[in-house]
Amino acid sequence: MRLALRDITKRFGSLVANDHISLTVEPGEIHCLLGENGAGKSTLMNVLYGLYQADEGEILIDDEPQHFKGPGDAMAAGIGMVHQHFMLIPVFTVAENVMLGHEATGFAGKLDLDAARKQVREISERFGFHVDPDALVEDLPVGVQQRVEIIKALSRDAEVLVFDEPTAVLTPQETDELMAIMRQLKESGTGIVFITHKLREVREVADRITVIRRGTVVGEASPEASNAELAALMVGRPVELKVHKDPAKPGERALVVSDLTVADEDGYVHVDGVSFHIDAGEILAVAGVQGNGQTELTEAMVGLAPHVEGSINLDGREIVGRSVRKALEAGIGFIPEDRQIEGLVGNFTIAENLMLNRSYDKPFVSRGSLNLKKLDTFAKEKLAEYDVRAPGVSTLAGQLSGGNQQKVVVARELSRDLRLLVASQPTRGVDVGSIEFIHKQIVAARDSGVPVLVVSSELDEIAALADRIMVLYRGRVVGIVPADTSRDTLGLMMAGESPEGSDA
Amino acid sequence: MSAVDLPVNSDAPVVAERIPGLWKTPGVMAAFTVLVALLVLVRPRAGDSTFRWSRDGDWFAIPDITLPANGVVWTAVVLCLVATAYAAWNAYSGRKTHLAVVAAFAVVAVSGFLAWAVAGKTLPVVGLLAGALALAVPLVFGALGGVLGERAGVVNIAIDGQLLFGAFGAAVTASITGSPWAGLIAAMVCGVLVALLLGLFAITYWVEQVIVGVVLNVLVIGFTSFMFSQVLSENAGALNSPPHFPRLEIPLLSGIPVIGPIFFRQTVLVYLMYAAVVLVAWALYRSKWGLRVRAVGEHPKAADTVGINVIATRYRTVLLAGAIAGIGGATYTLVSVPSFGREMTGGAGYIALAAVIFGKWDPIKATLAALLFGFASNVESVLSVIGSPVPSQFMLMLPYVVTIFAVAGLVGHSRAPAADGVPYKKS
Repeated sequence: MRLALRDITKRFGSLVANDHISLTVEPGEIHCLLGENGAGKSTLMNVLYGLYQADEGEILIDDEPQHFKGPGDAMAAGIGMVHQHFMLIPVFTVAENVMLGHEATGFAGKLDLDAARKQVREISERFGFHVDPDALVEDLPVGVQQRVEIIKALSRDAEVLVFDEPTAVLTPQETDELMAIMRQLKESGTGIVFITHKLREVREVADRITVIRRGTVVGEASPEASNAELAALMVGRPVELKVHKDPAKPGERALVVSDLTVADEDGYVHVDGVSFHIDAGEILAVAGVQGNGQTELTEAMVGLAPHVEGSINLDGREIVGRSVRKALEAGIGFIPEDRQIEGLVGNFTIAENLMLNRSYDKPFVSRGSLNLKKLDTFAKEKLAEYDVRAPGVSTLAGQLSGGNQQKVVVARELSRDLRLLVASQPTRGVDVGSIEFIHKQIVAARDSGVPVLVVSSELDEIAALADRIMVLYRGRVVGIVPADTSRDTLGLMMAGESPEGSDA
Repeated sequence: MSAVDLPVNSDAPVVAERIPGLWKTPGVMAAFTVLVALLVLVRPRAGDSTFRWSRDGDWFAIPDITLPANGVVWTAVVLCLVATAYAAWNAYSGRKTHLAVVAAFAVVAVSGFLAWAVAGKTLPVVGLLAGALALAVPLVFGALGGVLGERAGVVNIAIDGQLLFGAFGAAVTASITGSPWAGLIAAMVCGVLVALLLGLFAITYWVEQVIVGVVLNVLVIGFTSFMFSQVLSENAGALNSPPHFPRLEIPLLSGIPVIGPIFFRQTVLVYLMYAAVVLVAWALYRSKWGLRVRAVGEHPKAADTVGINVIATRYRTVLLAGAIAGIGGATYTLVSVPSFGREMTGGAGYIALAAVIFGKWDPIKATLAALLFGFASNVESVLSVIGSPVPSQFMLMLPYVVTIFAVAGLVGHSRAPAADGVPYKKS
């Protein structure tokens, strides 16, 4: 079946998320939709899937105009979606998840689970998935959960499959497997829309590439285009994809972490006996699939984790057991992984957010009252220095775009005298232009002699920043390897396999 | 608690796990053991306790069991100590104590207490249990309604209001029409009305559900109390003297000793309750309807993306839950009490809510929890009839004390439906 979107326009208030976007997907074709976060890709797909109604334009299937009132209509028309955040119910089994919404039933609405199991097995076998229909979804690894999503779509005879940022949560190996699955689907005649902002993946599988920027189609690109060309199309100007950085000149040993174990309130151990060190003027990048203890590790570094054992020694002083405030006073800067939850107060102004980590003393507070004038001057300086695009310092942080929000966080954390910088997913959900800027700031901090711990689930980012790479898997250190370690090796390590000759 | 009940964060790898609250169970058991021991130490009782097992109409009579009170209590204390030590040993070695052990402990401790309380007198065991079942009926219906609502993602604090309004509607309608069946239907309608308000505020207007529930309870109390004092008491004969459902003995089954009189010499509402428990449990886990209800309560967005109408499903479930809770309300005025009285549920809806949580949002377990609370209530009334050495005011606290201990001490780590109490906002 041939799917066409014609002049789709979707507005949210005064914001035009999609501005006359047209694209077509032929059977047996992988059509990549490339664009930065916030470019309007997901909005477009939600329109296609019936979750949003378009203000203008139409959806055509084999030249027939469609009117989707909800996802049910879209599915009935043969459109399936593999969501970025899986639409699976964790406490249901695979079979239950697959059958939900189009259940086979017997007498009095009795669920026919056997039919669902059979369907799961059939589709699994067809594509070589190994999925147990009776497994609870929450017990499955993320990669397998994604296959359940695919099975779910295929069980409804989807002829066009939409993959929305499917690789964000996968290891490099799982990503390769997904690419293989996509090619296999393509062979069997399924049309595929592949939404991503990762250039490497696009070039690997795409038959056609449509680039979207700020809600409009800015052009088609050929899969043979170079990364730089694609990035320039996406951002609208030439982008330096890899930050220039001189070799590290490590100084004294600044941070020594030994036998660090972090458990949560329920007693689950997330970081298990981790030991490493960072020298002054060196970046240690922590690689790993999301959820392998990185969050807990960084939280322990600033005193946010509740149950910490072991030692974190910064410049000869012990951090474990100290309060967050003591950690800050020891000179730790912290860029948290989720700026909206931990990094910023959305309803505070940019200026107020910039002083959050200095809310109790000079220079902004004296004798219990705020020195607003000083804060205003400081905030204006930082706005200019960090290239935060905002109407003014009294703009609410919540109204900024992701990239600008992140720049505010980075500005705040880097504007103190630091003894250690902990940066967790510093460029997640940030546009390519801002990534470049933030990376430069982190490298500059390193060059000024600050030891830096960067956590990232993006190998590109690890490669751009790292002087050494530490890989975490299930809370343990798999190995600490040099920055020039190959992607394949890192991928295997991220799946828990120890490399030969590593010093872990 | 099985491993399945542990909160599993799919993003978080579990390297090793400590089960939290392992010492809670032995702690609660030790406290009860000490209590029973204190009874007999502080006030030892002379005489024998007689336990009566038979009733007229049984096929054959089981003889009464007569035992020296002090002997029974001390035996119970020793058994309790053994069970507590076993639970403590389990906790020490990092294991959970099997629920069967805890249940056996409870039976032994309660038997010890009863033997002490009825020393020198006779305890009609069958009457105690049959009465417990009857008292539990509104709790079971209320808990079933609560389970259904919360499984669909709507917290229902208004169970008490549904029970009370159901009782009111049943009393008035049955009095006017002269038919308890009409009263029953009116009770269901009244429960649905309260549910409709709950749904309107919770589902459509995204109001904080706990607040809505509490406000609805107060609203129903206010309305029924007003109607009671201004209308019903003026004309009690015509409006507040409902006909009752008669006791209905099931042929054959009712003759089985012990079991018959407890389960099969009850009113039609009790038989309706059996059916409701089985039906709800079956439908929730085995039917298409139940799958969708649970999906909507766990991950409404996921349900929406496969074409399930979340809002409609929630409304339907909440209204059905209201009808079920309404039947519970009918029990008050069509079975237990001659007429409607002000605030006559006495907060039973809150106990039903506790049963929902104690029962881990499962219809069968919630029913068992409601039966436990019914038993605690009936111990109080039976002991006050045969004369108990414990002051009656203290005994009146019993169901609530049991509730607190059960929910706080024994319920362990339970997981509510993930979207329980979270309104679904379509972006």
